[in-house]
This record gives sequence, C-alpha cells and structure tokens, in this order.
Amino acid sequence: MLDLLKLRKRHGRPVIKDLRRAEVKAPFRGFPLLREGACPDGCDQCLRACPTGALSIRPLRLDLGACLFCGDCETACPAGMVRSTPAHRLGASKRETLRIGPGETAASFAAKAIGSRREIRRLFGRSLKLRQVSAAGCNGCEMELGACGNVNFDMGRFGVDFVASPRHADGLVLTGPISRNMSPALKDAYRSLGTPRVVVAAGACAIHGGLFAESVDLDRSFLAETPIDLFVPGCPPHPLTFIRAVLDFLGR
Amino acid sequence: MATSAAFKNLQPVPVTEIPRLSPAEFRRAMVEDAEAGRRIVLFFGDREPAGVTLTAVLADDDRSRLFAASTCVGSEARYPAITPDVPAFHLFEREVYEEFGLEPVGHPWLKPVRRGIAGINPAEAPTAFFRMEGDEVHEVGVGPIHAGVIEPGHFRFSCQGEDVHHLEIQLGFQHRGVENLFLRRRDHPAFLLRLAESIAGDSVIGHAGAFAGATEALGRILPARRALMIRVIAQELERIGIHLGDLAALAGDVAYLTGQSVYGALRTKIINTTLALCGSRFGRGLIAVGGVRFDVTPEGRAAVRSVLEEVEEGARLASAVLFGSGSVLARFEKAGIVYPETARQIGLVGPAARASGLARDVRSDHPYGGYAYFPVHKMTLTSGDVFARAYIRSVEIAQSIRLVREQIDLLPEGDLLHPPGPPAAGHLVVSLAEGWRGEIAHAAVTDDEGRLKRYKIKDPSFHNWFGLAMAVRKNGISDFPICNKSFNLSYCGFDL
Ligand code: SF4
Ligand code: SF4
Repeated sequence: MLDLLKLRKRHGRPVIKDLRRAEVKAPFRGFPLLREGACPDGCDQCLRACPTGALSIRPLRLDLGACLFCGDCETACPAGMVRSTPAHRLGASKRETLRIGPGETAASFAAKAIGSRREIRRLFGRSLKLRQVSAAGCNGCEMELGACGNVNFDMGRFGVDFVASPRHADGLVLTGPISRNMSPALKDAYRSLGTPRVVVAAGACAIHGGLFAESVDLDRSFLAETPIDLFVPGCPPHPLTFIRAVLDFLGR
Repeated sequence: MATSAAFKNLQPVPVTEIPRLSPAEFRRAMVEDAEAGRRIVLFFGDREPAGVTLTAVLADDDRSRLFAASTCVGSEARYPAITPDVPAFHLFEREVYEEFGLEPVGHPWLKPVRRGIAGINPAEAPTAFFRMEGDEVHEVGVGPIHAGVIEPGHFRFSCQGEDVHHLEIQLGFQHRGVENLFLRRRDHPAFLLRLAESIAGDSVIGHAGAFAGATEALGRILPARRALMIRVIAQELERIGIHLGDLAALAGDVAYLTGQSVYGALRTKIINTTLALCGSRFGRGLIAVGGVRFDVTPEGRAAVRSVLEEVEEGARLASAVLFGSGSVLARFEKAGIVYPETARQIGLVGPAARASGLARDVRSDHPYGGYAYFPVHKMTLTSGDVFARAYIRSVEIAQSIRLVREQIDLLPEGDLLHPPGPPAAGHLVVSLAEGWRGEIAHAAVTDDEGRLKRYKIKDPSFHNWFGLAMAVRKNGISDFPICNKSFNLSYCGFDL
C-alpha cells in the first residue's frame, strides 16, 4: 500500500497541458525548409540519397507525403538547399498541398494546409470516433497512434478516440502501404462505417507507399476508390503531428 | 568430410566453403546436429540455374559457433522433410515450400505461411483450418483486424466451453515483399538501410543494426568502438522502452490501471530520450552503415543518466506493486505455460525462451559489435508462464539500465563513421543481434561481383508465434490477451 502511494506521488500528472502550444524539440526532423536559388550545376546528390523519391530538382520540390524525414537529403546536399526544422504541423487536407517548394515556411504551410469544413465541425467537432486499420504498417505508425491516447498526450480530452468496431466509428485511420492480403479487409472495414465518414491516411506508407511503393505485393486500389479527408505525413507521424492535424481538421 | 562450415557471427564465409550435401545427407546432418544440441537459426532457399539451393544455419550457443550446410534440389522439387525429427524446422520448411514449391516429403502440414491467406486467396490451397469436433466444441475467429490500434492477423481458437484446446495463428496479411525489395534496390544502400529500419517498426535498432553489421562485415570493416557503443546504448534503450510498454499493456489487461499509466509514462521518457539523441522516438536515422550518424554529447549523456535514474526508481516501485499484488499474480501465475522442453523443441528465442528456462541471448552467446567488449549476464526463469514472461521484462529493464549507465560513462573517443570497402564477392554472412524480442538474424549472400543475390531476414517472431499457440492450450480463452501481450510478437516482422 505504501509503495502504491509512493508510486502515485512520483507519477504526478504527466499530461501535456496545452497540446496546441506543445512543440517537439530538435533534433526531431519535421518540416523541411527548401532554400530559394539555383542548385549547383549538374548536382543530383539529394535525388540519389532519397530513399523514396520524395524530391525533384530544377525546380526543387519535396513531397511531404512520400518523405520519411530521414534527413539523408540534408546530409547529401553540398549547397545546403534542404534544412530540417523540428516543426511538427505537417498535416494537410489535400494531397497536392504536401508538395512544397522553396520559400514555404513551417508557419505558412500550417496556416493553409488544413481546411476545416463546416459540416465536419458540426458533425464531429465535439466527438470523433476513429477506427484504425493497419494495412501492412510496420508498427511504427501504430505505436504512435496508440500513444495519442496515453497519459501524456490524452487525445481523448477532445472527444477524439480510437474505438474497437468500425460500426462505432465516424472515421477510418489508415496506416501502411496496403498489402494485397489486407486490401479486402480494409475495404470491408470502410464499408462497415456509417455515413458521413472521414478517412485519414497517416504515415508515408499510407499516403504514398513510402519505402514499399515499388513492391509487387501491394494493392492500393482502396485509395483510388476512396476520398481521403486528411493526410498526416511522417515515418511514423509524431503523436503531436497527428493530434494537431485532427484538431485543425475539426476546427478546434 | 565435414558436413558443415564453421564460422562466427558476422564472419563472412566463401560460399564455396559451405559443404553441398545430397538431400539425404543434408537431412541426416540436420538431425544429427540437432541431437548434438545445435539450434536452427536460418533455413532458406535461393534459386539458381541447377535448381534451388537450400542453406541451413545452425548455432552452437555454448561455443559461439555457427554452422552452415547446403543442398541443391533440382527439377524433382522434393526432398525428405526434416520437421518430423526436428520440429523447429516446421515453419522454415513451410516457408521454403511456399516460396519455391519444393515439397518437404513427410512434412505434416504444408499450409501457406504468408502469401496465400485463408479465405482471401482460396486458389492457394491448402488453406483449411485445423478442425476439432465433439460436444460443446466451438470455434472463435478473431481478425485479421483486431480490436486495438495494432497490426492484423487471424486467430482461430478451437474451444470446448471456455477452454482453448488449440489456437491456429494465420499470418501473412502484412506481407509487403521486404526480401524482394532488398534485391530489387540492392544498388541503393541508403534505401536498404531505411528498409531495414521498417522491417518491424518497434525493432528499428535491432534490424537496422543487423543489416549494418552484415554490410560492414562484407565490406571488411568494423566501425569505431565509439560508434559501436552508441549502437549498444540505443539498442538497450529500445529494449527498456518496449519492455516498459509491454508491462503497461499487461497491467492494463488485469485492470491494474495505475501500473498501466506509470509504466506508460516511463516508456514515454525513454523514447523521448532516444529522440533527443537522434531525432526519432524509435531510433530511426541513428544507425549508418559504418557507424552512427549522431554522437552522444556531454549534455546528451547527462540527460540519459538522469532519465535512467528516474525510470529505474519508477519501474522498481511499479514492479514492486505489480508483482506484489495477489490479484495480479492470480492472473499471471500458471497462465499460458510453455514448458522448457516444448520451448526447446519449437526453438523459442528471446525473453520468451529465457522465461522458459532456455539460457539464450545473442549478446553473450554470439557477441557482436559493442557487446563483444563487455559481458552480458544471461538471466532465466523456469516457470514459462505469463508471470515469468512479465517478470523477466522487469529484470531486463533493470539490467539494461545498468548496462547503459556503465557504458555511457566509458564511451571511448573515435570516429562515428567509417565507410566500408566493396563487398566481398561470393560470400555468405550471417548477422545475429539480440533485439528486445530475441534473436534477429539476417543473412546476405553476394554474387561473383559482390552484389546481393539473396537477403534473408528472420525476426524472432518467426520462432515465437508458435510458442504463443502452445501457451494458450488448456487455458481459458479470456486469458488470451495476457498470453498474447506477454509475448508481444511482430506481424510485419513475420510477414516481411
Ligand atoms: S528527408 Fe525526405 S526528402 Fe530527404 S532524403 Fe529523406 S525521405 Fe527523401
Ligand atoms: S510510414 Fe514508416 S512508420 Fe509508418 S508504417 Fe510506413 S514504414 Fe512504418
């Protein structure tokens, strides 16, 4: 009993009080800044370094949806054209928005990336129940989504929770590149949701295929058939990235 | 004539030195080796012009030796199964059958391992589930999608009343062609390293370290000791973090909610420390081929030390309460027993093996990298139940905290990165690492030009899923969650 009391006292209140103001500290690799100006002649070091083909050059562009935030391009570039920042607000409601160019800052991106529709605010603004489906996710995304509900992040305080059955859910959160073997179950889960319903794609694998984009063992037809409401980049996305994206989406 | 080539963890061997036996000799050698106490580490095929070459890697843990032997199966596409005499082969032989169509004649059950999934691709027979018949017999099917935020797989329980008589675990839903990608992108080492980090996202350091070790060995370099010790620190932090998370989950499942919160909060502190070292809570980006990308600065060292102190005391108290509570012990003790003999026969590894009395730990049995510089004491329990698998985690947390604390103060000066030379041509290298789940094994085979021609990966889950199936037999089905969490196995690590 004494131990239990000591334990309770030590534990304190580990919850992050203001999630909207919380920041992730360096060396976390979040929003990458692309420098304006020309790349050195003939250089393609970043393209060679990038594992997922997230970059294109002349003009310089970076697809946050494909990016693993590994920092390999930053190390490879002799001209310092790419620089990671710890900014964690990376979510967007349109796939196109994730393709960033020089001059975009973390703040300018975050200010416009997520639109909050009135209908969404009205229906789900105070309670959003989500069914997560891992379709060949490596457990990185799954662990971070799981962490969103823990005693530190406590996403549940906003009425946003993961639930066990798709029948209880207002939305589906997809992780993983969608293996051929998970494709039917994923589609079943989606069909079991009520309408209206929202779909969130979390992590490079779900958004773009990530490291597995070239694999012959995937079936990504779900994405062609299903409108996606929210994209949350990362490999895996940090819990604050996910929570913040959902809050912005709900207009909170 | 020797029936196998002897070598060590991370020691490349010319492929030509691996004895090529006839299928019958090969089988005999495997059975004799198993009887002599050698343990199966890997068994994989490689398609060649003359047929499929099968290579087996066995371990003599007491002598820190590995042994490899091979055989070639040509157009007859069958060979005598080893499984009837050495049960630990059963899943490996199923895997080879699925991948290459080589029939292990006499194998009791050639069900697909990961490619053809029951109910999804009926063309790939046999997909039938094991069936039990009789009064009050019923089946419970769970998954592929489970109730929590976790990976998918299908569990089929054959029950009589509340008791589970058999559990069949059908995996493969996560199969995304990892080994195939290793070959297709073999000319892009940066890609391969990131891919290794994603084999199992909870074992980033374990798998990336095994890949880096194999690549460095083929390139004939050893990273500087400073870099190796930073890998050790990251590996132990990974172990501490996951073990804390597992204890949180186990505590939650028996409604000890304080424990769930406390262990969970301690885990957050550990993985945030990993983030402070390398920018990722799971250690992504830390390991490089040839060393590490991030140094441990004096401030980093101070931060690690203070977090460890906090976690040590918190975990000690939480464990005192958890393992001192009668209502918790009533759930954990004698639940989900895997007896030592069963554990040995099916080839369990990692904490699950150590909880069933098998003293197996790659860190001391086949020392590698930084672990070659100091001893890691192997710890075992014998009861093989949920209690043992939970308790050994709390003991290992304390041990890993001590290891990190000692090593972080002894970090030698040295370069962080040391680029490897060109990979040795025509060699096999086996890279073993003790991830938090147990033995991770990677095998790389190079062709005449030193390019990868086969890359084989084994996550410890490949051995241990069958251990879970054994554990739940004769248990109430309501004990399944604690049995499952006491193993915490990887789906994608298995499915690849
Ligand atoms: S940080 Fe992103 S863009 Fe840069 S190399 Fe890594 S995956 Fe490619
Ligand atoms: S995005 Fe990264 S962390 Fe998420 S499932 Fe894919 S590889 Fe794993």
